[in-house]
Amino acid sequence: MEMVYALCVGILTTCGIFLTLRGRTFPVVIGLTLLSYAVNLFLFASGRLSTEDAAVLQDSATQYADPLPQALVLTAIVIGFAMTAFTVILAMRARADMGNDHVDGRLPVSNEESPQKEKN
Amino acid sequence: MEHLAILPIIIPLLSGILMLLPPVCRDNWRQRILSLAALGAVLLVSIRLLALSASGEIQLYVLGDWQPPFGIVLVADRLSTLMLLLTAVLGFGAMLYACGGDDKRGMYFHPLFMFQMMGINGAFLTGDIFNLFVFFEVLLISSYALLIHAGGKQKTRASVHYVILNLAGSSIFLFALGILYGTLGTLNIADMAQKVPHLEPSEQLIAKTGALMLLVVFGLKSAMLPLQFWLPRTYASASAPVAALFAILTKVGIYSILRVFTVVFGEDAGGLAQIAQPWLWPLSILTLIIGSLGILAATSLRQLIAQLVILSIGTLLAAVAMSRVEATGALLYYLIHSTLVCGALFLIADLIFHQRGKAEDRFVTARQMCQPVPLGIAFFIGALAIAGLPPFSGFVGKALILKAADMNAEAVWIYPAVLIGGLAALIALSRAGTSLFWNISREPDACERTPKIKLVAVYLLLATSPLLVIFGGPVSDFTEQAAIQLHGMSSDLEPLLRPGGKS
Repeated sequence: MEMVYALCVGILTTCGIFLTLRGRTFPVVIGLTLLSYAVNLFLFASGRLSTEDAAVLQDSATQYADPLPQALVLTAIVIGFAMTAFTVILAMRARADMGNDHVDGRLPVSNEESPQKEKN
Repeated sequence: MEHLAILPIIIPLLSGILMLLPPVCRDNWRQRILSLAALGAVLLVSIRLLALSASGEIQLYVLGDWQPPFGIVLVADRLSTLMLLLTAVLGFGAMLYACGGDDKRGMYFHPLFMFQMMGINGAFLTGDIFNLFVFFEVLLISSYALLIHAGGKQKTRASVHYVILNLAGSSIFLFALGILYGTLGTLNIADMAQKVPHLEPSEQLIAKTGALMLLVVFGLKSAMLPLQFWLPRTYASASAPVAALFAILTKVGIYSILRVFTVVFGEDAGGLAQIAQPWLWPLSILTLIIGSLGILAATSLRQLIAQLVILSIGTLLAAVAMSRVEATGALLYYLIHSTLVCGALFLIADLIFHQRGKAEDRFVTARQMCQPVPLGIAFFIGALAIAGLPPFSGFVGKALILKAADMNAEAVWIYPAVLIGGLAALIALSRAGTSLFWNISREPDACERTPKIKLVAVYLLLATSPLLVIFGGPVSDFTEQAAIQLHGMSSDLEPLLRPGGKS
């Protein structure tokens, strides 16, 4: 279980970082979303992975699941969701204001044809 | 009175919500009055908290009576109350300026300003590192919205960079928190400090990774060298009262570095003692150098001031890297000075911007300003103070930091860097003043006078500089006491974990 879990977090983070480094706003937003998913899983694992452990105090139980990471993840999900919503709106506004969807607000010069197309 | 410590968070929160509700939300004047009243109340509460903490007692506010380290606590010690008072003064000045007309240029300025104040105050008060993350997000999301206040292409462009960088920063922050929670099993700062020395050697490496990731995040907030590229454009394009309030945001990063890497990973952290210092030392010197170059290369007044912010961050980081009581005391004095003066300078730049027509605040020949005398005097005072010339507070602050440097090892690096930075600031500011005030092409045609309230706000913030010198003795005594308390915290954690009768 640990191996699969760790691979999931690793792949999500890798994809997230790769997409965040792209030049257009849409991949960047997706990248940030993937990063926040990876973070949520990672936080969840920080309380150690276990199955069938009691979450509430019981007389018969010997092993307990750590409740704190779950609270932390919940907070992180809410905040991450709000931030993603804001970024999407901001990206749309940037597209309208700048006339293109590059994060720098202007397309690189080496790409000779596309800026003309964008302007027209 | 026992709930005093939470008021700096509650007052802006409630007044921000009130401003979104019917009797206030449609009327600009009501919003202004409520804003100023709330900020005045926060100012009074901060003064009271500062007076209480001056006795050396740490006020612990235990939310919901959940005992630390399990519940959330607010810690009001000398350092946090000092930062609270600084925020309140700066916020009051910026809001007074905004009431001169800038708040009408976009929607929801007042509620957002209140939420921003709430986030900043919360970040200074919290004694729990996850809560620090939450308050960071509160202040960030209001700063995202405030940054595009009044609109415009420049602002959107700066905003995209700022938002994306800070979101990536938030992810790293959460990764770091996960690592630290996984190794230490706690997120209460005092409890972490207690557990760090007892880590197994195998876990130390993981905890160190987490701690250094935290340093990256705080470095991003405070604009440390490889992470400072967002700052000049962001600060230069924000509208004036927002830029003035942003002067404190970088200091939130400095405060967090100070808090985490002095209390948790400080002198008493066993194998993980002083892990940030080897990184901070070269980075601070390089930040100073890049700041000096940026100052000389700036082409407009607001860019110049943004670069001056980077220079002041470099100086502060160098003092953090020294990590001694005297250095921290000096740092706090310099921090008060640089925040208030940079805030005032952003406001002055905006006044100049509006009086020079199409030339705006660029260093080119343009028509004369309508009110060259009051603006000139303000610019002159601000420039002298920030460049670090006597008789203003910058001189005292820099002198204190340089005095705290170790003559054998540290002085060789910090003396040239800080002094050359000061020289660069002096050259750039005198060039700026000459071209803004004396390179005049013609008399002003249509004269639009600045509202009095804006000038009052500027002079109010500038007046703190001479006041910091006149009351230099008590202020530097207090900052030194705060430094002693901060550095002594990791060896005496009892008052932070066992609240007595007060809660």
